[in-house]
Amino acid sequence: MNPVIEIRNVFKTYTGGGEPVHALRDVSLTVGGGEFVAIMGASGSGKSTLMNTLGCLDRPTRGEYLLDGTEVTRLSADRRADIRNRKIGFVFQGFNLLSRTSAIENVELPLLYTDVPEREALRRSREALGMVGLAAREHHHPNQLSGGQQQRVAIARALVNHPSLLLADEPTGNLDTRTSIEIMNLFQELNRERGITIVLVTHEPDIAAYAKRIIVMRDGRIVRDQPVENRRSAAEELAAAPPPEEEVEEVA
Amino acid sequence: MKLAPIIRIALRALVRNKARSFLTALGIIIGVGSVIAMVSLGQGAQQQVEQQIASMGTNMLIVSSGGQRSGGLRGAMGTGTALTPEDIQAIAREAPAVEAVSPSVNASVTVVYGNQNWTTRAEGVSESYPAIRNWTVASGTFFTPMDVRASARVAVIGRTVANQLFAGEDPVGRMIRVRNLPFRVIGVLDSKGQSGFGQDQDDILFVPYTTAMKKLLSITYVPSAFISAVSSEATFAAQDQIEQLLRQRHGIRPGQEDDFRVRNLTDIAETAAQTTGVMTLLLGSIAGVSLIVGGIGIMNIMLVSVTERTREIGIRMAVGARSRHVKMQFLIESVVLGLAGGLAGIAAGVGVSFVLSQVFGWPQLLSPAAILASVIFSVAVGVFFGYYPAHKAASLDPIEALRYE
Repeated sequence: MNPVIEIRNVFKTYTGGGEPVHALRDVSLTVGGGEFVAIMGASGSGKSTLMNTLGCLDRPTRGEYLLDGTEVTRLSADRRADIRNRKIGFVFQGFNLLSRTSAIENVELPLLYTDVPEREALRRSREALGMVGLAAREHHHPNQLSGGQQQRVAIARALVNHPSLLLADEPTGNLDTRTSIEIMNLFQELNRERGITIVLVTHEPDIAAYAKRIIVMRDGRIVRDQPVENRRSAAEELAAAPPPEEEVEEVA
Repeated sequence: MKLAPIIRIALRALVRNKARSFLTALGIIIGVGSVIAMVSLGQGAQQQVEQQIASMGTNMLIVSSGGQRSGGLRGAMGTGTALTPEDIQAIAREAPAVEAVSPSVNASVTVVYGNQNWTTRAEGVSESYPAIRNWTVASGTFFTPMDVRASARVAVIGRTVANQLFAGEDPVGRMIRVRNLPFRVIGVLDSKGQSGFGQDQDDILFVPYTTAMKKLLSITYVPSAFISAVSSEATFAAQDQIEQLLRQRHGIRPGQEDDFRVRNLTDIAETAAQTTGVMTLLLGSIAGVSLIVGGIGIMNIMLVSVTERTREIGIRMAVGARSRHVKMQFLIESVVLGLAGGLAGIAAGVGVSFVLSQVFGWPQLLSPAAILASVIFSVAVGVFFGYYPAHKAASLDPIEALRYE
């Protein structure tokens, strides 16, 4: 079976006037199915560029990227849009939900650009919202939801197309500690129970400790790549913590 | 790609900004509305003029003196002095295709009865005039060949003149003063209403042309004359005969220019149709300019909308929207703006043209072609002016768009 991500000798150089900026210098990385990887690094270390490259939003200047065994660096913009649509789910720091659009419609968004019939799209969106524990909130708009709930809607959106890879860019950056743990709990469950491959970018070691493997970047290079020792379990922490002030729905 | 949900998204975006969408569409509403109203107005006027001309009779001809020449200058038709009463009599006598002839000698006069006075048009005509121009006498009689020969001071008045001078009184038999000369009213005409050019046809006073020439104007020539041919088929024959006869009488050699002009109603109808057609075209194209202005309004708002929704575009692209999905979404928005504006504009145009037709008393003519064309045109405006903003949206870089605050 192919690894989900296989990048070989990837370089990314920005030449937007003045000195060229080497955002990625000879990065090679393999992520197998069912892995849970945290990418860490200071700002400017190249982790966002790596994320954009992994997410098929950006093309490397040089090098190869095989996603699910398919070389994607030389594909057209339309083909890369299709890859993002079918193989990748994005979760962003700022949630990036469409405002004034209900939760269910936000989740449905990726299916809009597929051939999935509307009835089936709705069924799958409901299923995905159920997976993140927000089945009862499908008609709520983002401004009627808490930050944690908004991020869960975004995760449901990322999952609705059954992607091979879930990419999360600072998913807990805008959330308080308890909500962060809830979100990490959701990620751990998705990874453990559904075998979803997750790559997470964070600059917080606490958050990275929920993953199975940590990659540290500096100056466009991978400087460390090792399994997580003393892995944290969000479920256990939540069980030990005092009960939340606001009601939290049971996560599927 | 599924079109229905993309249309739904576009519609929802428009509904969200109701005021803005309405104001943007207003440009198109005004544009389409004015095109339809103007074209309808023009066509109404055209039909009215055509009907008016047709009602004069298809067998009518008008002969007028050519423009008077002084040095190199040529005056307007009817200002010349070439036609004489003898010419007119000769036409009646010698042209076989001619049925009846009546000179037409016009003067603006003030008419006084008792302490009432009224300024109107006096037309000097012959006894054949009512038959040629379809006038009928309501009370009294029209004047006789005898009155014409004797240059009698008799007058037949139109309904408006009768109403102005004789409030409730029977005018027949009364004496009135025309340019201070006493005239006896011998008849009142049936009302004819307004002409196609908005003139009151009943505001008139007929006198024998001999009287008008000698006593009112002191002229010896006939400015113009109305002629009826024996049938409408004979109009062209009559025209030829009159031209030959007059050239002969005026001693005009072959190759020399006529000093008179004979026109038939077909010519006049064509000229009138051309004039109103040009007017319709002119009004329509001025209104068309406002459609273009409306289109620029759409482009402007769509550009604002694309900028405002940069982040939304980024999100859509990140989850797999292709450029053409995004382009389609914005294009549909602008087409819907154009189409909605177009449909509302048709309603507005039909309404306005109805009001105008009531005001002018014209038939309301709605051209299905103009309506169809404006729908197509407003959609085309939507596509044309929406394309650039939509293209701009579709060419955004998803990474940049997601970062946009």
